[in-house]
This record gives sequence, structure tokens and C-alpha cells, in this order.
Amino acid sequence: MSSRPTIVTEPDLIFGKFTSDAIPFTDPIILPVMLIVALGGIGLVTMITKMGKWGYLWREWLTSVDHKRIGIMYVIVAAVMLVRGFSDALMMRAQQAMATASENGAGYLPAEHYDQIFTAHGTIMIFFVAMPLVIGLMNVVVPLQIGARDVAFPFLNSLSFWLFVVGALLVNVSLFVGEFAATGWLAYPPLSGIEYSPWVGVDYWLWALQISGIGTLLTGVNFFVTILRMRAPGMKLMQMPVFTWTSLCANVLIIISFPILTVTLLLLTLDRYFGTHFFTNDLGGNQMLYVNLIWAWGHPEVYILVLPAFGVFSEITATFSRKRLFGYTSLVWATVVIMFLAFVVWLHHFFTMGSGASVNAFFGIATMIISVPTGVKIFNWLFTMYKGRVEFTASMWWTLSFLFTFTIGGMTGVMLAIPAADFVLHNSLFLIAHFHNVIIGGAVFGYFAGFTYWFPKATGFMLDEKLGKLSCALWTIGFFVAFMPLYILGFNGMTRRLNYYDNPEWTYLLWVAAFGALIVLAGIIVQFYQGYVSIRDREINRDVTGDPWNARTLEWSTSSPPPFYNFATMPKIHDRDEHHYKKEHGMAYDVPKQYAPIHMPKNTWAGIVISGFSLIMGFAFVWHIWWMVILGVAGIFGSLVVYSFERNKDYYVPVDQIEPIEHAHLATVNPDGLREMQAQKQNFQA
Amino acid sequence: MSEQTQGHGGQAHGSVKEYVVGLLLSIVLTVIPFSMVMLDAASSTVILGVILLCAVAQMLVQLVFFLHMNTSSDQIWNTASAVFIVIIVAILIIGSVWIMDHLNHNMMMGH
Repeated sequence: MSSRPTIVTEPDLIFGKFTSDAIPFTDPIILPVMLIVALGGIGLVTMITKMGKWGYLWREWLTSVDHKRIGIMYVIVAAVMLVRGFSDALMMRAQQAMATASENGAGYLPAEHYDQIFTAHGTIMIFFVAMPLVIGLMNVVVPLQIGARDVAFPFLNSLSFWLFVVGALLVNVSLFVGEFAATGWLAYPPLSGIEYSPWVGVDYWLWALQISGIGTLLTGVNFFVTILRMRAPGMKLMQMPVFTWTSLCANVLIIISFPILTVTLLLLTLDRYFGTHFFTNDLGGNQMLYVNLIWAWGHPEVYILVLPAFGVFSEITATFSRKRLFGYTSLVWATVVIMFLAFVVWLHHFFTMGSGASVNAFFGIATMIISVPTGVKIFNWLFTMYKGRVEFTASMWWTLSFLFTFTIGGMTGVMLAIPAADFVLHNSLFLIAHFHNVIIGGAVFGYFAGFTYWFPKATGFMLDEKLGKLSCALWTIGFFVAFMPLYILGFNGMTRRLNYYDNPEWTYLLWVAAFGALIVLAGIIVQFYQGYVSIRDREINRDVTGDPWNARTLEWSTSSPPPFYNFATMPKIHDRDEHHYKKEHGMAYDVPKQYAPIHMPKNTWAGIVISGFSLIMGFAFVWHIWWMVILGVAGIFGSLVVYSFERNKDYYVPVDQIEPIEHAHLATVNPDGLREMQAQKQNFQA
Repeated sequence: MSEQTQGHGGQAHGSVKEYVVGLLLSIVLTVIPFSMVMLDAASSTVILGVILLCAVAQMLVQLVFFLHMNTSSDQIWNTASAVFIVIIVAILIIGSVWIMDHLNHNMMMGH
């Protein structure tokens, strides 16, 4: 910040810690952003009002409990947050390219602002881009893959989504009101303690993560139950599609690891708000325990992000190689083994904290062992493609790019798993390059592949393939140009998070990295353009059959987009690649003899309203405005009570409503069968 | 809807008696450690041990009386998840104690 606002230590009764100078009107970087966001917001609101769409938006989307719509909303929020997080990345690359002791001077960002930017970048990219993308994909795909009509707890699903939105909002509010944490994305104490971070930045971080983290935990429970209990009749565990398997494992990881995050954040909150000494320097506090706890959550989190991406690649590779997936059983067991090993490696994030040889050796070896099941998966995909008729669609491009990029990232990971090597590379740009290599090259490419692959299923029309491939090429090239220099710089001793350095030899490679980031930016712009073009040409790109890729799993047996109840009659499962099996045996799109009313949940106001109150609560906690905290908490509990007394939560879809929807789809995919059935019916009635 | 004693997944819905017993037990298990701390009733090692014991007992009470866990075959998933979670939690706790012990020793915390 250009001028630091007054830090209030004794909160006011009405305004808490808030003062009029908490809004940085004078900051030359934030002010234009504030104007753009305000204008954009006003523009959006007027547009919706003018088109008279508020009622539609409220009834069909904001209160929706339909897993497909919630999934789409997750992806939209993730796309917005990707822009925010990537802007932070560009600012960091620019700062590091400029900030050297040469004629370029010290860059353009003050240290305090730069620190907030790298913290926001990490927090946003993990919690508000990667997580919603992965959970959004799960929402759209998993119930369809297992033949369910919705998730097990539809209201909870809506609540999870809106709690996540509250977290994202709090992070964005911090840009304009107050400050964000300047501590790094995991906010290690004592830096994140009240003594060294006296203002509201860390509190924004704490409440944003706490609220959205609880949403994630609810999602974990929801999908775990959905997958275990709501599979279509006949679908055994070892017949579940691989994406469902990897989602199941990711949700087990969520259920076990997110409570650790909740408690750790709570302890830090107590330290900051009530003067306890869990992680302080004095009076028996121990900051090393915070690092231990946060990584006991943080490592499983890495696998929560990447396992579903592995599932995506498995589906795509099998579909576009026109072959059954090679080694399904080994792939499933590799996933389960990774899920288990995710809990025995967390110390490798702090080898250098001083735990000594025996502890480091144990966790180093455990870490290296993880590369075995991961390697198994790589070979599964390679052998699926081997002797297959590989079709190079855009989602296959992402998959191939992943195989190449992720393998490199995995190998540098094994290097870092050697404690002795880690003592040299720890906290350097080598580490930064490594984890971007696995997160971008592993997880993010997977989400983009899945996004391209399932886009027609969710929306009913295809994404432009050419622009998709162009974006994949730009992302891949941009990634290598941006991050390979960081490997070298790390070897040369450049540590992470520097806002200034005095070694002019590094400047050249940092300019290369900045250029790489611009190539990635081009990739992102192409993606948004691809979205625009595809929506514009949607009538040409319509997916009329519901199975545009000639794919193998159950979700492709429905129309695109699927009817809101997903399946009119419960499918009976015969095979792992159920839809492929039915197509082979001429059973796909069989016309059912009759339909029965379908039991469905009603949309509910409760998710968005409860989350609205938790936004009030979170904001009030950040600023120590206690009357507003009471208001928020009372609102949350009041809404819960009101909701729990509501009787009218479900309804039956009548057959007259189902029949036309189903017949419209059947008329394109099985016109003969439909005609035959209708003729039979008429005969019967006559 | 008629009274149900079993949910969809075969899990039992408890009786009033069960809930009352559970409530009483959980209160007793809270009062014991709390009063020992407040009254300084024994040496800190003994208090610590009692707190740990009461905490474990509290968890079991909650599982049995409020979450209605038992070993019937209907609950194979509940039991399997419980066993898995116990293993993971044990790994995390034992691992953390091991790590923190080494860290405190090597970094001379409190010296």
C-alpha cells in the first residue's frame, strides 16, 4: 500500500477496526481495478434488470439444487477467479523481471503489496480456481456416471457451493476494503500472528478459508454418500467409471483432511482474537506445530486436486483410443494406494525445519514410493493408446500435453523427495517450478481436458475444437517458457517470494519467464474467445445425440444437456463401459414400455440465504464488528431452523411431463424404436 | 409417515432411553476432566491422562449412542470407514508426536 491506514487495536463498538482510510482510494494500482469492477458490476446488474432475468436467475440457478447447474456455476466462478489469480501471477512476473539492482530499479510494487499479491495468487489458485473446477466437474459428471438422479443431499450441495462463493467474495472484498494477508498462501505463524500481522489481512484469509473449507467438507460427505449408495442397480464398485473412482478417493481425502484445516485455522483464529498461545513465540506456543498440522491437511489436498484429473484422463484416453481402458483394476488400486500414501508423506514439505535424519528418511522414502502407483497410471494411459485408433481431439491434446509435462514434474518431485537435495532446493524457485509443473501440467490440464470433453454434456453444444487445440498449444508452450527458467534460477540459488534481488545474472531468465506467462495469457484469452465463439455458433455445434464422442460410460446415454431428472428409467448395469456395451448389443436408447413419476427435490432459498448470513458473519469477524457477528450467526441459525421446519421439500414429476422430454431425445437417437412403441400403444388402446 | 426404527442404510434410529443415557454419559465425561482442572485435583500428569481417557470414552459414547454404530452386517460400510479413519488418525497423531518430539529436541524449544 502506498500509505498504510491507521491500525485500530481497540475496535470501535459500531465500526470495529474499520476506518475510512481502510479503502485504498489513492492507490494507483488498486483504484483502476476498483473502477473496472464497479463499472462491470453495475453493467451486469443493469443488463440483468433490463432483460428482466432476475426472477429466472433466482428460480432456475441461484436456488437450484440440480447438480448439473451447481456444477456449471462452480466452473463459472472458477473462471472469474482464474482471471484474478492470473493477474496476480502476471504482476509477480513483471515485478521480478524489473526488480533488480540494474538500471531497471526496484520494480513497481512496494514490498507490502507484492507480499499480498503472492499470497492472494496461491490462495486463489488453489482454493478458488482448482477446487471449484474439480468439484464442478464432479458435480456435473459423477451422478450421471453412476446413474443417479441427483446427489444424496441436494440442499447440502447448494449450501456447499454458496459457502465456497462466500470465501471467494471475502478474498475479493479484501482487495478493496482493508488488505489481504502478506504471509504466503499458508500463513505460517509467527508472521501470521497478531503481533506481526496486526491488521485484517490474515483475518480475511482465515475466514475466507474457514467458510469455504466447511463447504468443501460438506461436498466431500455428499459425494462420498452419493457414490456409495446411489449407484444404478447392478453397478458394482469395480464397475464404476474411473472418474467416479478417483472422485470417491478424492472425497475420502476431503472428509479426513479438511477437519484438520478447520481446527488449525480455528487455533490460529483463537491466537489472533483471544490471545491464546498455540502458535506464538512465547508462553509455550509452538509455530512448528502449525506447520506440521497445516501440511497434514495440505498434502492430501494436493491429491484431492490431482486424483480426479487422473480420472478425467482415463475416460478421455479410453474414449479417443477407441479401446477399453488398459488395466482398469491396477488403475483403481493405484488410486486407492495414492489415497492412503497421501497421509504418510506430509513432512516432506518441511524437511529443513529440523526434525533430523530418521524422521526425514522415513518421509523421504514414503514420498518416493508414491511415484510407483503414479507411474503405474502413466503406463495405463500409454498402453491404452498403444495400438488404439487415437483421435486427436482437443481433450486428447490436453491429455498428451499432460503426460509429457506431468512426467517431468513428477521426476523433479522425486528429486525434492531426497532430504539431502531438499536442503539445497527448499524454498527456492526450483520448488516453485516443481509444484507448478505438477499442478498446472497434472491437475489444471486435466480440468481443461475434462471441461472440453464434458462441455457438450453439460450445455448441449460442443466447444470449438480448433481454438481448443490452439489454447492447449499456447498453455503448454507458455508453461515451459515460464517455468523451465525457474528450475535453473532455483539451482542458481534464487529463493522464492523475492520482490527485489541484487544479482543481475538472474534478470535475463526472469524476463524469459515473464514472456512465458504472456504466452499462457494468450492461451487464456483464446479459451475465453473459444467460449464466446462456441456460444455464438451453438446452433451449428449442437450435440443432438447426447453422445458426440462415441464414448463409453453411462453419462453419454442421456440427452445433452440431460433432462433435470437425468434418467427417466433406472439403467441396469451390465458392464464397466456400460454405454459402449449397450451400443455393441443394440440395447442403447431402448424405448421403455412405460414411465413412472419421478421423485425430485425442490429448489431451495436456504443455501444462498444461509451463505449470505455467513458472509456477513465472516466480514464482521474480520473487522471485529461484534453486533454484526451476532446478526450473521443469528441469521445462519434462524434460517436453518426455518428451513428444517419446511415440509414441502420434494415433488413428483408426472409422466405427462417426462414422456415428451424423453420422446424428443428418442426421436433423434432411436426413431424406429419410438415409432414402433407408439404404434403398439395405439393398437393396445384401440 | 410411520415411525421408522431403521433408516435407508440399515442404521438404527435410537430410542429415547438411549439418547438420555448418551447425554448423561457425555455430561459426566465432560464434568470429570473440567472439574479436575478447575479444582486442581491431582498432579498435571494424572489430569492429562484422565483428560485423554475421557476424550476417547466421549468419542465412543457419541458413536454408539448418537450415531448408533454397532457391528451388525448392515453397517459394513460404517464399520469399514470407522476402521479406516482410526488408522489414518492414528498415523496422523503418532506421526505428529514423533515429528514434534524430534523438532522440539533438535530445535531446543523451551530452552
